Amino acid sequence: MNSHEISLTVNGKTRRSEVEPRVLLVHHLRDGLGVTSPHVGCDTGQCGACTVLIDGRAVKSCTVFAVQADGSEIVTVDGLTGENGGLHPLQKSFKEKHGLQCGYCTPGMILSAHDLLEKTPDPSEEEIRSHLKGNFCRCTGYQNIVEAVRHAAEELSERDAAMEVAR
Amino acid sequence: MTQTHGGTGRYFGQEVKRREDLRHLTGRGRFTDDLSPAGTLHAAVLRSPHAHARIGSVEAEAARKMPGVVAVFTGADLKDRVAPLPPSWLLPGMSVPEHPALAYETVRFVGDGVAVVVAENRYAARDALDLIQVGYEPLPAVLGAEEAAKPGASELHKNVPGNVAFVFPARGGNYKRAAKKADVLVRQRLVNQRVVPNALETRTVLAEYDPGTEHLTVHTSTQGPHNIKRLTAGILRFPEHRLRVVAPDVGGGFGSKLHLYPEEVLCAFLARELERPVKWTESRSESFLATNHGRDHVQNVEVAANRDGTITGVKATVYANLGAYLSGMGPGVPSVNFAMMVSGTYRISNIDVKVYGVLTNTPRVDTYRGAGRPEATYLIERAVDLVARKLVMDPAEVRRKNFIPKDAFPYKAPNSAFAYDSGDYGPNLEKALEMVGYADLRQRQQELRQEGRYLGIGIASYTEFTGIGPGWVLNMAGFEYGGWEYARVVVHPTGAVTIYTGSADHGQGHATSYAQIAADALGLSMEDVEVVEGDTARVQFGNGTFNSRSMPVGGVAIKICCDKIVAKARRIAAHALNARKADVVYDEGEFRMGDASGALGKAARTALKTRRTIVGTAVRAVSGLDLPRAETSGGAVSWAEVARLAHFVSDYPSGLEPGLDEKTFYQPRGMTFPFGTYVAVVEVDAGTGGISFERFVAVDDCGPVINPLLARGQVHGGIAQGIGQALLEGAEYDEAGRPVTDSFWNYAMPRAGHLPRFETAHTVTPSPVNPLGVKGIGEAGTIAAPPAVVNAVVDALSPFGVTHLDMPVTPEKVWRAIKDARREEAPKNGGGA
Repeated sequence: MNSHEISLTVNGKTRRSEVEPRVLLVHHLRDGLGVTSPHVGCDTGQCGACTVLIDGRAVKSCTVFAVQADGSEIVTVDGLTGENGGLHPLQKSFKEKHGLQCGYCTPGMILSAHDLLEKTPDPSEEEIRSHLKGNFCRCTGYQNIVEAVRHAAEELSERDAAMEVAR
Repeated sequence: MTQTHGGTGRYFGQEVKRREDLRHLTGRGRFTDDLSPAGTLHAAVLRSPHAHARIGSVEAEAARKMPGVVAVFTGADLKDRVAPLPPSWLLPGMSVPEHPALAYETVRFVGDGVAVVVAENRYAARDALDLIQVGYEPLPAVLGAEEAAKPGASELHKNVPGNVAFVFPARGGNYKRAAKKADVLVRQRLVNQRVVPNALETRTVLAEYDPGTEHLTVHTSTQGPHNIKRLTAGILRFPEHRLRVVAPDVGGGFGSKLHLYPEEVLCAFLARELERPVKWTESRSESFLATNHGRDHVQNVEVAANRDGTITGVKATVYANLGAYLSGMGPGVPSVNFAMMVSGTYRISNIDVKVYGVLTNTPRVDTYRGAGRPEATYLIERAVDLVARKLVMDPAEVRRKNFIPKDAFPYKAPNSAFAYDSGDYGPNLEKALEMVGYADLRQRQQELRQEGRYLGIGIASYTEFTGIGPGWVLNMAGFEYGGWEYARVVVHPTGAVTIYTGSADHGQGHATSYAQIAADALGLSMEDVEVVEGDTARVQFGNGTFNSRSMPVGGVAIKICCDKIVAKARRIAAHALNARKADVVYDEGEFRMGDASGALGKAARTALKTRRTIVGTAVRAVSGLDLPRAETSGGAVSWAEVARLAHFVSDYPSGLEPGLDEKTFYQPRGMTFPFGTYVAVVEVDAGTGGISFERFVAVDDCGPVINPLLARGQVHGGIAQGIGQALLEGAEYDEAGRPVTDSFWNYAMPRAGHLPRFETAHTVTPSPVNPLGVKGIGEAGTIAAPPAVVNAVVDALSPFGVTHLDMPVTPEKVWRAIKDARREEAPKNGGGA
């Protein structure tokens, strides 16, 4: 099968590779580039474990061919950072609120929540639950995930307010 | 919360945050599919599209010739080289059908493996499956357990006549007489539907063979690496001591990753055969076919009661679907785990249960979170509500009346082989009722009915057994695992500690809760304690994680082992302090002289000192050097100093080996029985059948709680799965046995928006069977949530005369029930509970 050369910027590093046109982005990230944090939980685009940020938007990387992502900027959970290069408030909140158990859905869940907080900085519980409908978790019953997202939203808004004052 | 057991240290009972989290939050988790050694080949399994068929020819040449394909093996290629998979639970008189790793004469369910392809990458392996031609001759299929057990039904296995692998009776008292004398008899047919465990990480196996050392390593997403090792070695006739099984990060299991699967055997076989790493990663759709399912009972129940609400007897005839082959604990789940637990939290004197374990043309059924106790609890908790309804009594009152009283423990049900260790059900129920505001709710329910709104309140009380053991009881019941758990505690010369345990975490947070237990027992900071599990090369023995046994068995093993370490360390410290062991106290990292300064103590210290002086003088005379002195200033010696002395000092207490390294095989003397009460409050929309939650309250009692944060997390997850079974989930098949639910498109899993906010609380009744007093909590939610939710929905529908609906209680089912009732008569306001 014909291969195509593509270029992806993954967590700030530009990587060139040859891929078959049928290879899914998630498989290319995992098997081709060795970035294994996007997980595969289904084969129908339902579970959200493979969610990554493509040019800032949360996308299920099993619904995109690697060649379609050519030239784009991809952020996985490995690439998230908070202030001074520490943990992102979402990463901190998930630990604080026990928002993960087996950890399999966690990278996708965090990036999906990231997407929500970009668009809706102060979401209600209902908005969070509604937004996370594309991501399955079989361990936590979602309650602590919802709490973690709420908590992160508060942290982020406090941070923004502090930055506002500093300006 | 005040702790009565095990709570002497700094960590027991504290909401310690998990040490496991950081790697998952930063993308550094390592699940089996994340591992790809150089040269890894990918395996794909060709699966039967027929529920039941004879295999004619299998043409694999075209697939073998495909670019990238390394090998293809069919069932016929393997049958003389790979022994069948054995079940781990052998009930008396049970027929055991042959379970080959790949089918070679007959396929028995849609998904039964027929051939395996190994190729250079996963895409090529999948492509090659399409080129294998199998000539099937379809046979009649049987899908339901009742149907399969009927005379004349198509048979799956030659040595299982009538498809009934076993008939398991569990009787006590005299049900017939109780029924004759009872004021009321309540009958119901209950279907506990087949559900799919659906851990988010599908099963994955990576096997590597090193021809240089003749060692075989299998990484697999499992809950029980040691048993996978033992069974795989037996099946492949491979030396067990050269086989290593590793469970790295495991993305959930819920019982479905506990037992040996054909793919583990296949990958191990292929890696040895091809001398290259072989990986198999299950797709989600494949997981619906190839990973074990749970539940699947048809229960015909009859309950005898007196007019005052006293339940005098329960009878149940149950058809349990085991699937096409017997898997690990498959036979034990509906027999021992279910049949001996049907009386739940109630003192019922006359019990008559008969379970038919039936083979059908469906995927295997085995342990799924709770394994047998959810089925038992659902049966009795629905039955209690039916009794209440029949007698026009409050369902809470019927429960109160029949609870096993506090002073009756240890309590042995008349049909059971084992005794409940402890319980105090009344206060637990009252706490749940108080949290939900029960009396007011019943009042509001009446008022809302006047407005045509249908509120339902569902109560479910449960008990179950956790910490499965002791071994001799398990073995008597036909179960071949040990009831023990293994622990080893190694103190490094620096004083840091590594704990090795035979359990296997798959999301529960063992590294955190075990470190809490160990740090308390050793008087250390948690940071000084590392926990290792899930690798048979690092941990020599183990039974794995299931049945909520990790804390009451694995945790207790660690505690016992740590106590042994402290005892030895005290001897070493005493020697360094020139004191008797009895005079030395250990507290938070420091050994020091106690207040035992009596004459005897003094004499002993003097004798020890004299001996040291004599030895010291002798050494000086020969070498001109002084003996190294322990840092014993102020009559105290630190943990780290004792650790150093244990390894490096020549002057050692006589009769003691150097080192601080102890191990334990802890065999619990009995099982533990956590319990609790859940209350679900729902509102049913009579126009659409839609169900919305108003409240969900869970009050559990698992004895003293080691880490309330983690315990709550377990309860939440369990409730989510329980609500999933009650309202959404169910594996379904068409008449030919093809799955209608074969992906997340058509199998309804609970999403964030489906679930309510859970309100949780605990009562604390310690177990007398272990020194920590702890019981397990992992399965509680899955056990109690289904009856609580179904009782609530049926309660909401009581004005329509609805007395029962089978799970999943979908809006469509509810809507039809209302419509059917309305066709018969207009609803009577104010009826029901």
